[in-house]
Amino acid sequence: MAVMMYWEALQRAQDEEMTRDPLVLVMGEDVGVAGGTYKATKGLYDKYGAERVIDTPISENGFTGLAIGASFIGVRPVIEIMSVNFAWLAMDQIFNSAAKVRYMSGGQLTAPVVIRSPGGTAHQLGAQHSARMEKVFMGIAGLRVVTPSTPKQAYGMLKAAIRCNDPVFINEHELMYNMKGEVPDGDYFHPLEGSEVARPGRDVTLFGYNISVHWCLEAAEFLATHHGIDCEVVDLFTLSPLDRAGIKASVSKTHRAVIAEEAEAPVGVGSEVIAIINEECFFELDAAPLRVSARNVPIPYNHKLEKAAIPSAKDIVHAVLKMFGK
Amino acid sequence: MTPADKKRVLREMLFARRFEERCYEAYVERKIGGFLHLYPGQEACAQGVMEAARPGHDYVITGYRDHIHAIKCGADPKAVMAELYGKETGSSKGRGGSMHIFDVEHHFMGGYALVGGPFPLAAGIAKGLKMKGSDAISICFLGDAANNQGTFHESLNMAKVWNLPVLYVCENNLYGIGTRIDRSTAVVDQYKRVCGYDIPAVQVDGQDVEVVYQAAKTAVDHVRSGKGPYFLELMTYRYRGHSMSDSNAYRAKDEERMWSKRDPIIMLRDRLVDAGEISLDDYKAMDTEILHQIESEIIKFAEESPEPSVNELEKYVLADNDPYVRGGVR
Repeated sequence: MAVMMYWEALQRAQDEEMTRDPLVLVMGEDVGVAGGTYKATKGLYDKYGAERVIDTPISENGFTGLAIGASFIGVRPVIEIMSVNFAWLAMDQIFNSAAKVRYMSGGQLTAPVVIRSPGGTAHQLGAQHSARMEKVFMGIAGLRVVTPSTPKQAYGMLKAAIRCNDPVFINEHELMYNMKGEVPDGDYFHPLEGSEVARPGRDVTLFGYNISVHWCLEAAEFLATHHGIDCEVVDLFTLSPLDRAGIKASVSKTHRAVIAEEAEAPVGVGSEVIAIINEECFFELDAAPLRVSARNVPIPYNHKLEKAAIPSAKDIVHAVLKMFGK
Repeated sequence: MTPADKKRVLREMLFARRFEERCYEAYVERKIGGFLHLYPGQEACAQGVMEAARPGHDYVITGYRDHIHAIKCGADPKAVMAELYGKETGSSKGRGGSMHIFDVEHHFMGGYALVGGPFPLAAGIAKGLKMKGSDAISICFLGDAANNQGTFHESLNMAKVWNLPVLYVCENNLYGIGTRIDRSTAVVDQYKRVCGYDIPAVQVDGQDVEVVYQAAKTAVDHVRSGKGPYFLELMTYRYRGHSMSDSNAYRAKDEERMWSKRDPIIMLRDRLVDAGEISLDDYKAMDTEILHQIESEIIKFAEESPEPSVNELEKYVLADNDPYVRGGVR
């Protein structure tokens, strides 16, 4: 196992897959000569050339549609959309073409594209560069949505997504590209369905995904040390389909659930997880599940306002203490 | 085109006309649901271009007025009609409908119902063909109104920058749904809009199949020879409304009469009669034979085919048992 940064794990996955299969290409704004805004495509342009490492015009719907069309005849494109906020411009092609073509062609065509894009609030980027869009993508039938929380997941999910025959949206985070972690040395393919227990516990399940897994782990440490509450942290690395069995198993064990998401609460991951808990294991509950989520506002520029809009480990601690009547 | 080619082309265009008219009847009888966009009046466009291309080898993609383009690529008209009837034997197994005919085996990459959506998909197919070193080309048929979408400009730009083997065919029928082109579009001649992308673009009569064929031959040869994208504008007219839900009240009767005098089928027929290649009786016999084929084979097949099973409602959403979904070390 080598220790590497999240962006290095993404770069290695793409490099390996491009070496293996000449029909794998990467495209996006500044992915080539400039080496990628987050360095995830660093060095690939020099190694594979302009035909396979494509600096696109700033035309998100156009180049996403182009990648989807190429995927119809066997190309395996990895699209980097510089910020998930810009993915709104490509929603027509993602939603109407990639996600639906298999179904509306009666299984004749498929769009095996990978769309990588960071969503989330970084450092004072303002309302139009700070949105989280996973709630939108996870509601689209025909699209897989995964969101790696570690370099290992980032590497293994991207490898699996490139080889998977479905369109896969990989939700990354601008604040996580320099995170370090162990990554397996050989070919490793992370599942594109499921969840995993990031920290076992008895008293309450904290559900997180992507960056909020780390908030949950931080909150769990604090609650164990200061309040004697033993939290289980479940990493929902797949948002579509959500892991019903994994959610049920953990809640059936702890009988309590808190869902932490960076996005606003309405129509989000938290509401879906609570719906699944109701459907799968309502009578296991000892307390009403709680959501910890962003305030329902466009993300403000001012640093204090921005911080106040986004949840944190502290908010998760408060939610758990409230649940336990403390 | 040889005289024998012209006779075949006449038959195929007449077949296209009768097929679409029969769809109209089936729609009125409520055998076909949803939206139905018909092709009468525009037959020479798909016919002429596909005469110059290599059907089944070249890749074709289009919008929702797609039945005839699919058939021109080699799709079985029985499967197309069965799709309109929503049957399991339909080209998309009853999941697509009129606007989503697909026949990937014959490289008909589908009908899409978001206006302008196929522009970048066609460029992407061209990119794939280029990567694979194929001599096939990508051909995208869309109407004039699609050119007011951003995808038109984004795709032309990328096709030129990356020198992609794609032919964009604009069937300019002068209306975007029910709005006449000069009321919606600053520049009525669509080929002029393409000059901003340094792509060769020409405008020709889309009612004369021989003219379309000649222009398409130049276009196809250009694209296939590796010289990059090409834009071909065909001036045409649809006889019916945009779709079946369209009363067609927005068009002047004089305009309709003028275009009906330039019917692509009648023009070719009269030319062949004048040249002594066929007689009017031959033409009538051809028509009778086509009508019989449509009724006894195509409609019969669609009527008698089974509907999809509700048990398979969720089939085709995602790939079945894709091994990489489970992950692991390999």
